Amino acid sequence: MDRVFHSVTLDKDKCKGCINCMKHCPTEAIRVREGKAKIITERCIDCGACIRICHNRAKKAICDDFEMINNFEYKVVLAPPSLYGQFLVDDINYILTALKNIGFDSVFEVSTAAEKVSHLTRESLNQLRACTDGPIISSACTAILRLIKVRFPDLCNSVLPITEPIHIAAQMAKDEAVRETRLPPEKIGIFFISPCPAKVTSCKSPVGGTKSLIDGVFSVNDVYVRLLAALKKVDVPEQLMRSGIVGINWAQSGGECAGLLTDNYIYADGMENVIKVLEEIEDGKLPDTEFVELSACPGGCVGGVLNVANPFVARSRISALRRYLPLMLNRGISDATNMFWEQNLQFETIFRLDENREEAMRKMRRLKAIESMLPGLDCGACGAPTCRALAEDIVCGNATIEECVFKTVTDKKNAEVMDDK
Amino acid sequence: MNETLKYVYEVDGSDFMSAGVASADVKKNLKMLGFSGDLIKKVSIAMYEGEINMVIHANGGIATVEVSDDCVSIVLADKGPGIEDIELAMSEGYSTAPDRIRALGFGAGMGLPNMKKYCDEFKIETELGVGTTVYMKVYNS
Repeated sequence: MDRVFHSVTLDKDKCKGCINCMKHCPTEAIRVREGKAKIITERCIDCGACIRICHNRAKKAICDDFEMINNFEYKVVLAPPSLYGQFLVDDINYILTALKNIGFDSVFEVSTAAEKVSHLTRESLNQLRACTDGPIISSACTAILRLIKVRFPDLCNSVLPITEPIHIAAQMAKDEAVRETRLPPEKIGIFFISPCPAKVTSCKSPVGGTKSLIDGVFSVNDVYVRLLAALKKVDVPEQLMRSGIVGINWAQSGGECAGLLTDNYIYADGMENVIKVLEEIEDGKLPDTEFVELSACPGGCVGGVLNVANPFVARSRISALRRYLPLMLNRGISDATNMFWEQNLQFETIFRLDENREEAMRKMRRLKAIESMLPGLDCGACGAPTCRALAEDIVCGNATIEECVFKTVTDKKNAEVMDDK
Repeated sequence: MNETLKYVYEVDGSDFMSAGVASADVKKNLKMLGFSGDLIKKVSIAMYEGEINMVIHANGGIATVEVSDDCVSIVLADKGPGIEDIELAMSEGYSTAPDRIRALGFGAGMGLPNMKKYCDEFKIETELGVGTTVYMKVYNS
């Protein structure tokens, strides 16, 4: 298991114990216990659905303190393309210049690395498809990688084994900074402005055996006010942009596919839609599709929960910004060996009832019996998202049937009727 | 330990969108029991094709799935029109699906052949005007 760090967490004081987050969690990783939401960490994929839905702002993503950048002599910030949609400007260089001005020595666009990934994917797609049935699945969205790891054992080998662009960007930025400053690598800090909790987690503990070179990560929300102020002070921006349309397109759903220069692809965004597509791939229903791009957030990275701007507004701004850009500026797969994962995704068996089959069968039999006693309302009042989930919790020893409010009340009424007779 | 787990599903013939619901549930349960991805794939494809067939040709039916440690057996029983020529129905590309079903991308004539291909034991009993029952078994190798 390569998961040591978790970004999504609960602010207990703000949590009122409502069931909104629990009902929206795609991996049923939340229970409400003693009036507070509780995250089952092994199940959480850091998608941020609970942050998006919580009316009390009790769910949050743990990021680093911005002042930590001062622990480094030379500071490089990695800017994701989704950041460009957060502000109303007519040139991306304004945003990149403002980013430098809030305390960094240099800014590096993640979209430059994304263009390299697009190129490498185009070059290796046929070879990868020959090794597996069905389409190759994008590895760009960290939440989707975690989802596949826990729910789709058969698809682990269908995932594009190429490192997420942020980690390639971190490597490129570090190499460049070492070359230019001649400082020892440990004195150079690499930082990322993240649109979502899944990328925060990826910065701390990446999948696929990648080593993270990212020293600190901040949410868009954390830097927004500073950045907005800096942006207003930029008169003439520095020419810092080094990527084209292909790279910037990665900000939104369908953007990675567009960079493949083929038509035989599918893209889907939003967890529910993504799960439906993954089920179809698993059942062998998409044998001829070449590539599938999946994003946990509606609209892709512009829909990340740590962003500030409305995702649809952000998408429209990005369309305007990329209009007169060159198609792509970064090719070259000379350093491709560093871009592939060391190992394929490893399946984690956390949803199994038991590692022992006989015991699992016994639990499943009990689960069925308990489920048939429950009302099937999925009301959530017991603190589990569905009646089925409560039955699972009971057989695994994490809950009791008395927690079903409906059953307890009807049992009591029935007992009273019996007494009257 | 010879006790099996039994699941019974009613496949609604009037609701095309419901085809696949039973196989999805079976898939979820098999994953929770820790069966191999290979077995799960075989079971879900064979069963999905069977469900679709019951909806398209037989106005629904009953799917019964029994899970034991070494085997998953599926029985799909319908009270549809029956199959006139089983050998012909089993040949790839032969289909009697109506045009409206073909328009949805089904009716390629791969249903029965695929079911046979993905299971280890396959038996079909049919009587014209009475119905069809398909027996399938997938072993846990």
